[in-house]
Amino acid sequence: MLTRAAHSVVAAEPVGPYTLLRVERDGLDPGAPGQFFMLEAPGRLLPRPMSLSVATEGELGFLIDPIGPGTRALCSLRAGDRIAILGPLGNGFRLDVERPLLVGGGIGIAPLPYLSERLGGPPAVLGFRTSWHAEAAELVPNAEVVLEPIYVTEVMPAGHDVLACGPAPMLEAIRRLTPHAQLAWEAPMACGFGACYGCAVEIGGELKRLCVEGPVLEAA
Amino acid sequence: MRLLNASGCLDALTAPEVARSLDAFVTKTVTPLPREGNAPVRIAETEGGMLNAIGLANPGIEIFVRETLPRLSGAVDSVWVSVGGFSVHDYAMVCERLDGEDAVAAVELNLSCPNVDEVPENVGEVVAATRAVTAKPLYAKLSPTPDVAETARAAQDAGADGLSLVNTVKGLALDERTLTPVLERGVGGLSGPALRPIALAAVYACFRATELPIVGMGGVTTGRDALELLAAGAGDIALGTALFSDPGAPARVRAELEAELAAHGFADPDNAVGAAHGSTLQPGLRVRSTKHLHTGLNMAG
Repeated sequence: MLTRAAHSVVAAEPVGPYTLLRVERDGLDPGAPGQFFMLEAPGRLLPRPMSLSVATEGELGFLIDPIGPGTRALCSLRAGDRIAILGPLGNGFRLDVERPLLVGGGIGIAPLPYLSERLGGPPAVLGFRTSWHAEAAELVPNAEVVLEPIYVTEVMPAGHDVLACGPAPMLEAIRRLTPHAQLAWEAPMACGFGACYGCAVEIGGELKRLCVEGPVLEAA
Repeated sequence: MRLLNASGCLDALTAPEVARSLDAFVTKTVTPLPREGNAPVRIAETEGGMLNAIGLANPGIEIFVRETLPRLSGAVDSVWVSVGGFSVHDYAMVCERLDGEDAVAAVELNLSCPNVDEVPENVGEVVAATRAVTAKPLYAKLSPTPDVAETARAAQDAGADGLSLVNTVKGLALDERTLTPVLERGVGGLSGPALRPIALAAVYACFRATELPIVGMGGVTTGRDALELLAAGAGDIALGTALFSDPGAPARVRAELEAELAAHGFADPDNAVGAAHGSTLQPGLRVRSTKHLHTGLNMAG
């Protein structure tokens, strides 16, 4: 069932170069970590897909990188503004893992705070471009942080069930190193519920809709 | 007035409750052979609209009939199938295959996809060839080209039962930083509010040029938008891009339209059809006089 409703903004707080957009939960189901929500971007035609970063009893938080007109509009919201939110959508991470290791890169750490909470604070490896970007690591407990030119794949301990989100080259590298890793991908989306066919990615040699099949996919 | 979705703007299998909030569900375009569609990036937001270059991704007519259609008919009451191809023969082949399928309420001929390289040049020929192989109601979906009224007349002469107006128009979006095309294919089809006045003009022109009932679409976001398309001459309305941002749009647009109709003194949507053309064209009569077009008596083929 698709549920879309207006929610009030509590705050939009800077976290390094990113913004943590906090909205009133107002009965909204936070879903599974790695699922996503379509957030109305004020003044824009299309909503923007965002995975949930933080879920408390009264609030939901989305970590957003202001890289375009939609994300900039979301990061410019103020307390009391209202935006429509649709979700949760897609397939999140499987939580039935024995030795979880969270791996994140840049804004790809967005779903990891909520994932960490649901898994009881497992170890995490996070990679960032600069120490400024790495300020976001404070949202993820038990995290080892590396900065470029060091990559997460150089410091990932072996023998874990990897749950990762980050830029495509990082996910490709993890896929090569760690079969069966759970990888959260991203793609431009207009709808988030299978209608627009915009988020096609190659899955098992075929172009498929990431919003329907993912965004979390198991590495083959 | 019926409320539909524009082809390619909804999947009744992933969002059945949205499809059920419409009077009929229009499928994504089906072609003779399976098509994977264009490489990503396939969509881009623009000012007042969006571009798409999906490229007619679909499973092909055989798998569609065998696997998709039974599931669709279980999910919604009325299924319209959008048909595409790269030759007159393609369209005829797909329509012939659909003709015996009871689950298909109507066929919409996608004669205007901007996202493939080979598009049919002769609308009349395609309509005539498909008319010859199917008794299903045939709607010709046209682009808002400068000669759309002439094309609509050709579709009517060849036996079309209705028009779907309009498909997207070609547009280009450039990346903020690199100034290169956002879409992998380069250009894409522009939809959304930016398309609305163009759709309105096409519906207006085709209402005057033909006797055919019109499904109006192109940037409809509010009840007011729907009312304007009715006034221009559409008897039915389809929602496209609006569904992407708001899957609750069908119920909302219906409620808003009802309020708009009341405010303008129309007893029901059919009374508003053609109102933009003034009293000489007898607003509202189009809907009633054409309701019987789908019977065997009027089958030109």
